[in-house]
Amino acid sequence: MPFNPFVIPFNIGLYFIILYVVARGVVWFRDLPRTDKLRMQRGFFGRPFILSIKEIFMEGLIHRKIFKVNPVLGYMHMSLAFGWFLLILLGTIEADIFGEKHLNPPYKAIFFRFFNPDHGTAGLAKHYGFLMDLILALILSGLLIAIIKRFWSGIVGMKRTANLKFLDKVALTSLWLIFPSRLLAESFTCGAYGSGSFLTGSLGTALAGFLPAEIMAYPFWWLYSLSLGTFFILLPRTRYMHIPSEMFLIFMRNSGVRIGDQYGSCADVQIHACSSCGICLNVCQLSTSADITNIQAAYFVKGLKREDDVFDIALNCLMCGRCDEACPVGIELGPLRMIHRRAGDPPKDTMSIWSGYLRLRNQNIQDNGESHITAFQYLKPQPVKKGPEVLYFAGCMTHLTPGIPIAMRKIFEAAGIDFDFMDKDGSVCCGRPLTLAGKDREARELIRNNSDAIWRSGAKTLVTSCPICYKIFMESYHLDVEVLHHSQYINRLIEEEKLKLNFLNKSVIYHDPCELGRGSGIYSEPRRVLIHISRLGKSNHEKEDALCCGGSLANLKIDRRKITDIVSDVVEELTLSNPDYLATACPLCKKTFGKADIKAGSEIKDIAEIVAMAIVSEPPEAIELKKRTKLEKVSL
Amino acid sequence: MHNKEKHIVIIGGGTAGCVAAGRLAREGYRISLIEKDKKPGGKINNWYQLFPDRRRSVEVTDYINKEIDHPLIDLMTGTELDKVKYKNGKFSISTGKSDLGQADAVLIATGFDLFDATRKEEYGYGIYDNVITSLDLENMFHSGDILTTKEEIPKRVGIVHCVGSRDEKVGNFHCSKVCCVTAVKQAIEIKEHIPDSEVFCFYMDMRMFGPYYEELYRESQEKWVVNYIRGKVSEVSENIEGRLVIKAEDTLLGKPIRMEVDMLVLMVGMQNAKAGLNLQDKFGIQTGVNGFFRIRDNHYGNNLSNVDGLFYAGTCTAPMNITDTISHARAAAVEITEYLSKN
Repeated sequence: MPFNPFVIPFNIGLYFIILYVVARGVVWFRDLPRTDKLRMQRGFFGRPFILSIKEIFMEGLIHRKIFKVNPVLGYMHMSLAFGWFLLILLGTIEADIFGEKHLNPPYKAIFFRFFNPDHGTAGLAKHYGFLMDLILALILSGLLIAIIKRFWSGIVGMKRTANLKFLDKVALTSLWLIFPSRLLAESFTCGAYGSGSFLTGSLGTALAGFLPAEIMAYPFWWLYSLSLGTFFILLPRTRYMHIPSEMFLIFMRNSGVRIGDQYGSCADVQIHACSSCGICLNVCQLSTSADITNIQAAYFVKGLKREDDVFDIALNCLMCGRCDEACPVGIELGPLRMIHRRAGDPPKDTMSIWSGYLRLRNQNIQDNGESHITAFQYLKPQPVKKGPEVLYFAGCMTHLTPGIPIAMRKIFEAAGIDFDFMDKDGSVCCGRPLTLAGKDREARELIRNNSDAIWRSGAKTLVTSCPICYKIFMESYHLDVEVLHHSQYINRLIEEEKLKLNFLNKSVIYHDPCELGRGSGIYSEPRRVLIHISRLGKSNHEKEDALCCGGSLANLKIDRRKITDIVSDVVEELTLSNPDYLATACPLCKKTFGKADIKAGSEIKDIAEIVAMAIVSEPPEAIELKKRTKLEKVSL
Repeated sequence: MHNKEKHIVIIGGGTAGCVAAGRLAREGYRISLIEKDKKPGGKINNWYQLFPDRRRSVEVTDYINKEIDHPLIDLMTGTELDKVKYKNGKFSISTGKSDLGQADAVLIATGFDLFDATRKEEYGYGIYDNVITSLDLENMFHSGDILTTKEEIPKRVGIVHCVGSRDEKVGNFHCSKVCCVTAVKQAIEIKEHIPDSEVFCFYMDMRMFGPYYEELYRESQEKWVVNYIRGKVSEVSENIEGRLVIKAEDTLLGKPIRMEVDMLVLMVGMQNAKAGLNLQDKFGIQTGVNGFFRIRDNHYGNNLSNVDGLFYAGTCTAPMNITDTISHARAAAVEITEYLSKN
């Protein structure tokens, strides 16, 4: 049989989607900045290309990362993606080997059984037919999970699943119809011709027993073709656009292209690469603890795709980075939100359906005149002491937890360090809160003032107690001094044996602050310090999986009561083992933890406070002796 | 009298519990009064003088002790409630030590806890020597000496209002009501003890809600020259001499202030008592958003809970002064009498 009109919907869909994806890819590439274009060109002929093929296979088809998080969900994605891929690949080979001729048009492979109804009854073809049935069975098993997940998400271990818009629902229905209709179409055909393997063959024989198989087959072949065609036509306007976008994103990322601080091609690829899998919903503490369920990354990205006003959603986020860490596609969710914080509230009249991100691109960092300059006129040059070895910057949050700077002073003194407490009499803010609010220009005024003071002091090392300050010192200050968080600095003092510490036989659980852990990648130094002086235990949320205390400065929308909800859950979770100390390395975490009911017997401490308690104090006689020898020297 | 057959369990032997117990005993009911401390009276035992007339709190304690001196009242001190069963409007209650048998009504009068000032670390309580709470100051009045840790007489004292009240950062939105007038009273007392001292109150609003409070506030300014600065203290540090350095904003002048004081007194607010909150699951009662027990009606049901036969009295429902607590407890006695005569 050379041709049949039922293949037309499939053909239209297929050629449309191929053309669309190519065109979209070209536009994305064209709109990249020149440097990124070069990166991708270089990547195409080098290692990134090979890496990408591997990653596309592992993540796009096998869905390894989803498997790690949730095996059932992973199996579902794998069986659909990898199964479908195998069905197409092996179908094409089947058509090529067993068909009338080599190099067939795609529809010959997809509808192979229709054009070769009596194929595969013996020999190699029979074994091949078995394989094809097996793959179909694999896909159908995944489909079954998908249907269960859609209606009873709890069964697959998902607390929530992404809500869909209308077109997504149509596309989802057509996707769901593809494989059952293929099964029935093939089964009827096989039933009529006595062919087919364990699945299509058996079902076909059974159906042919009481139904006119040959007549029944044809409408199902139409349904199969129509659902494929519909799915392909709808793909660009639905979440299934993630399939081609993710491949593009993987190659982009491997070539070294990053989202940057303005909306552009890379951000556009990233938002389209989101499959709305919903994994981010389940790691977001705003959802799990505070019952805020409309601002999670999946919804934020969906809003961007639909060109909704997402400004409020962009601001209603702790920026803790847990979703970034969990996203199986590796979308840069934090930076994406930051772009929209910087962009501000969008003017409503420039909405355009077709120009997509052009609208957003044009409003990146609007010039808000000179207003910020007058607002910061009160900033005077800060007085500094010349030439200390170490400059200590506590930060405003640390001023609200005086226990920490007192501990730091003790530590500096015990180690005999020549230090200057830069912001002893009040600090100029590091600028990070403004940055997080999207106010980069204003933050720059503060950065300039602080940088000037740090530079004038001539210190070689800057130590801060606040991870929020630390992050901006590292990222936006361009200082010519070494910047250390106090946990790093204390660790160094211990390693250089400048600080003699007792072992405090206390059990400790360490909480990684977001800005220090996921934000700056500092996990080992605080742990090394604590292991040195205490019995450091493990919670269920270590390192990258650390929870956010809830007090983040980054959320500009949250109700304070919700913060209490979050922190209560966090403290309960972290003190499950009844540690003597719940240690953290951030004044804001410490302060926020204070809101929760702490179990009797557990105390919240900053790592510096625990270290200060462990300092080996010289016995009074030794101090007395030192004084006397000093006096003797003077009298001599 | 048939009332004798009816049994009421009152949890909490502070002002509210004792006053209600006295009233109900005189109605002829058998009362079990459970108090976790060694002696009844509750928080008032810690106080030196009361506003607005500065009478000695001992006088009120005496009144309370007289109230519970009644043969029908079984006072159990050092006792905490253990198990509760509720069936057909009757409670079966046992303490750790004994079984109280069946109760026809229960009155919760568990009172309040003072806000834990260490939670406002920026004020330095527990970190700097001379940062104390209003309760610590009352203890100093009791002992007769107001001294810094170096045993010196403070020449300048700061008083911070609203510590743990009206402060969304610590999760307490409510006003604790009595701290403003406590600050006024304590400011006067400090001036009485140390006439040449300066006292500065840092307030958000002055809420002089009771009779003669406004007069006391006026007296503190006119007669005792207490300084009132409208603005919250943002942070406290200690300088090399060990004096406390306060940073605040005078919102009336619109200027930031830095000031050194020798002693800082924190007016800690009221929260529902932990001991009371522990009863929540046992009785199936609810709390409102402010953390205090939720009363059935804000205007005419403020002794009623969501459980039939279970009543509230005193500061477990909202911050109150002694006067209001006594009135609230008497009202609870009326509600219980009415309830028991119907059932």
